[in-house]
This record gives sequence, structure tokens and C-alpha cells, in this order.
Amino acid sequence: MTDTAANPAALAAKPQTLWSTAWRQFRRNRLAVICLGIVAIYVGVFLYAESVYWFARLRDIVPSYKVADFAARNAHPSAAHWIGTDFAGRDNLAQLIQGVRIAFEIAFLTSAILIPLGFLLGALAGYFGRWVDNTIIWLYSVVDSVPSILSIISISYVVGRGMKGIVIGMGLVAWVGLCRLIRGEYLKHKQRAYVAAARALGAGHLTVMLRHIAPNVLHIIIIVFTLAFPRFILTEVILSYLGVGITGEPSWGVMINDAKQRLWLGVWWELGGATAAMFFLVLALNIVGDALRDALDPKLKTAESSKA
Amino acid sequence: MTAYIIRRLLTVIPITLGVLLLVFLIYRVIGGDPAVRLAGKNATPAKIEQIRKTFGYDKPKFFNWQEVAKTSSPLAAFDSQFWQIVRQFAQLDFGKSLQSNQRISRMMADGVVPSLCITTPIFVIELMVAIALALLCAFYRNTWIDRTFVVISIIGMSISGLVYIMLGQYFFSFELGWFPVWGFEGVNYILLPVAIGVIAGIGGSLRFYRTIMLDEMYQDYVRTAFAKGASHKQVLFKHVLKNAAIPILTNVVVAIPFLYTGSLMLESFFGIPGLGRMTVDAIYTGDEPVLFAMVFIGSVIFVIANLITDLCYTWADPRIRLQ
Repeated sequence: MTDTAANPAALAAKPQTLWSTAWRQFRRNRLAVICLGIVAIYVGVFLYAESVYWFARLRDIVPSYKVADFAARNAHPSAAHWIGTDFAGRDNLAQLIQGVRIAFEIAFLTSAILIPLGFLLGALAGYFGRWVDNTIIWLYSVVDSVPSILSIISISYVVGRGMKGIVIGMGLVAWVGLCRLIRGEYLKHKQRAYVAAARALGAGHLTVMLRHIAPNVLHIIIIVFTLAFPRFILTEVILSYLGVGITGEPSWGVMINDAKQRLWLGVWWELGGATAAMFFLVLALNIVGDALRDALDPKLKTAESSKA
Repeated sequence: MTAYIIRRLLTVIPITLGVLLLVFLIYRVIGGDPAVRLAGKNATPAKIEQIRKTFGYDKPKFFNWQEVAKTSSPLAAFDSQFWQIVRQFAQLDFGKSLQSNQRISRMMADGVVPSLCITTPIFVIELMVAIALALLCAFYRNTWIDRTFVVISIIGMSISGLVYIMLGQYFFSFELGWFPVWGFEGVNYILLPVAIGVIAGIGGSLRFYRTIMLDEMYQDYVRTAFAKGASHKQVLFKHVLKNAAIPILTNVVVAIPFLYTGSLMLESFFGIPGLGRMTVDAIYTGDEPVLFAMVFIGSVIFVIANLITDLCYTWADPRIRLQ
């Protein structure tokens, strides 16, 4: 689907699908296209960072971003270190690039929990209704009743600090929004004629749920993922501040928190660099997510409350 | 009407029990043995066993069937970790802090006032400014004024709250010295945290309320109002604002638990002895009873707030009663 979306020439010959009309709609929003480009650059940086990480790891050497140079501690930005160095003389730019890797890894791993959970529960609730629906509504009402930051902190805290805690914490809390939307869609779709036709032809409930209805709600997953990504990044910073964040690797949250004390000594580049790196990705994802929603499903109510 | 209220009141029970179950699962099941966590890294097995005994972690988690078999009284099944917490919390007994050995209910009572001193002004100012700007955006929708505000609010949302706090404290308290850096001794101690809180949150709020207002702007009644010759101002304030009251109310109520839990980061940065800082300290020191109680109480307040909104709906919008 991304292939056809990325290649408008291939679309001309094809009948109009949801994706082709959506892409035409999306393209009209110039700001969103620019932001999609920014996201693409970040994806490139992510792949590069991932290769740096694995190169060092497989060869069992200290990766370049971890090489400390005590002669150049807290160095100003210069030709050698574009964004200066941190308290151990490590290059900030190299660390920021690894921060991209951490941000993407968190987003992908969290989504690997959030999307199956939210999708399956939402589909079951919407499709089967009755007691299944009631149980799942109870479940998400309960999860939703706990202020999300408190439940994420709690889970990350008991699982232990590090990537695992963050991912499990956010994954087990953030599925509620997706579940609600998917449930609503299934409620709508199960009354459509094509579902009755599939049932009449002898398709089982599972087949109807996953083969017939699921493709019609896939776009919601994409929208939710794009809009959830920036929230993962911002939450990671808070978790790092609370001491349940990433350890041993340079995430943006870790860098911002490390910069906390040094800001008072006039070391602004560490904070500035991490904030800027985060800002452009979060901004671009927010704008792309909004444009995607407008293009794919303008009536979708993803506007959650202003308090995250 | 009464039937609706009673039905709505009854939903509180399964949700509250569910929340307690969820928090219990997090602290006693998902994370493994809590005694091991409390004992720290270099604990001896004897020490862990002792902690298990003192806190009752050696009891079964949900139902004590062994005890039932022994004493042959079915009530003994409730001699378990979970039901003990249910009993305690029902009496508003949250146990004692591991760090200070103070009663947690006492600590909460002490922390509520400083927290509310910070969060209430943030909440009220942010709400008023956001609604005013949202009406402005709706009034000038799709002009450069509207677009500027949208862009500013998305930019504002894309910066971490932590950065606002760090920069605000650095510039206004440290560099310029306009406000105290740390403490809670007078009005000037809360001005900067409140200002930072409003600025950090206004982007998200404005965007949210603008969407609500714009949704209303395309409703039929707006067209009718214009058609009968109502001015733009009348439509906005007399029609749109009133109809937008329900979604606004929902969002306002969702924010209420945050008044209580306080701003975690603001309080710990500015040294305000509220519930937010209490929570942060509890995370740093591994004070699990405090965390458990904070998470549970925060959720109960949310459940109650939700209940009140739903009851307000029936008053604000009579159609809801029919459902």
C-alpha cells in the first residue's frame, strides 16, 4: 500500500481506491508533504544509527558515540563536534543520531504491543457485542480511569528501568484509544451488506472479522500509529526524568535530563540539540498524522482530550 | 431520570474494583515479587523472607483456599493480599510510607493544598485563554489569524514539557532573578510554575477546543441562525459556545484528576511540597505503598469526576436521559 501511495504514476491506470484518493488529497496539503519528507529523513537517520549500533555490537567494539574524550568535556560546538560534547566528552551529534534510533525502537516496539491488543479487543467487542462487548468496555474503562502517566510510571517502575519497562508500560496503557475506534468501526461494518453476504456464503465469524472487515479499518491503525508516535517520544522524556527511562544508551530523554544541571553552567548545546532533534520529528509527525486523518477518514474522532 | 441516575451510580462499583485490581496486578503480579524489589539489590534470602512476612506478601494473592480447607469457613478465602487491600482501602487506610513511616492518608492531606495552589490557577487560566482563542479561531476560521494560532499550538505541543520548565526556571529564576528558584513560601513562589504550566499546556488545549468549536460551526443550527440574520458575534457566543458546552465539560472533567495528582515535574523542579513531588520522591526511593495509594486515589477521583459529568449532561442536554 505504501508502494502504490508513493508512486502516483502507477495509480493512473488503476481504479480509484481509498488509498489513491487519499494520496491525492494528502498531496494537496503542501505542508504535510514537506513534513512527510522530514519524517523520511529521520527514517534514513534511524537506519544509519541502527547500522552504527549493530556494526559496533557485532564486532564487539565500543561504538563511536560512546567514546569518551576527557580532554574535551562540555566542549563548545566546533568543526570537530558540531553540537559540542557532553560531560564525558562524547560527541553530542552522534548521541542525537542514536537518540533517533531509540525513539523509533520505542515507537515500533510499543506499537507491537498496542496495535494487536487494541485491534483484537476492539474487533471482538464491536463484532460480537453483548457480553464480549460489555467485558471489553469494562476493561478499557478501567484502564482509562487510571491517569495514563501514573499507570505508565507504575508499570515501567515494576518492570524495571530500561527499554523493556518503557515499552511495556506505554503499550499496556495506550491501546485504549485504538480499541475504541476499532470497536466503533466494527459496530458500523457488521451491519453492512457485504458482511451479510460473506456470512451467507458460509464464511465463519473469524474469517469475516479478519479477512472481510479488517482491511476496511486498516487505515485507522495507520492514523493512530502516526499520532501516537510523537506522544511516545514526549512520554519517554518524562519517564527518563522520573528515573524509569532508558539506561546505557543515549536517548533524547536521557540527554535532556543530563543537560539539566549543566544548563546552569552555561552548557546550552546539549539541551538545544536534543530539543531540536525531538521537535522536528514530533512536529512533522503531528502534521502528517493530521493530514493522514483528513485524507483517509475526516470524520474520525481522534481528537483526544487536551490532557495526555 | 432517577432510574438513569441509579444505573449510572451502580457502574461506579465495578469500575472502582477493576481499578483496584489493575493497580494490584501492576504492583504485586506483573513486576514479580515485590519483596525482592523492596529488599534492593544485595539482599539476603532471609531479609527477603522477612519483608514478605511483614507486609503479608507470603499470603495467597486472591483467594486463600488453604485456609478454607484448614478452618472450613468459606470467609477465610478472603484472607488474601487482594482482599486485605480492599478492606483497608474501604476504610481509607492506605498504610504507611516506607521512607518516612508516616500514614499515607496524612501525607496526602498535607500535599493536597500545595498541589491545588499550583494546578487550579493553571487549569482555570489555561481553560479561559484556550476557549477565548478557540472562539477567535472559529470566528476567523481559515484566515491567516486562525492558521497562525494552529501553527503556534502545534509547535507548542511538539516541545517537551520538561524543556519549558528547565528553560523557564533557568531564565526567569536564575538569569534574571525575577522569581524564587525553589520553595513554597508565598504567592511569588507559585507565579512562575503557573505561568510555565499554562504555556506548556495551552497548545494542546487550544487545538482541542478549536476542533470542538469548528465542529459546531458546521452544524445546521448555525446555518439557521445566520439565515435568520443573527450576527457573527451572536452566533458564536449565544449558539456555538452553548452547544460546545458538553464537549468542553467532558474535557474539563477529564483534567480534574490532574488537579489532584499535581504536576509531577513542576512540583519537583520548583520544590513545591505537593502530591506530585510526593509521587516523584516515591518513585526515586521505591516507596511502593505511596505509589499504590496515589495511583488508586487518582483513578477514583477520575471515576467520580466522570460520574458527575454524566449527571451534568442530563441537566445540560435533556436528550441524554432518553437513552
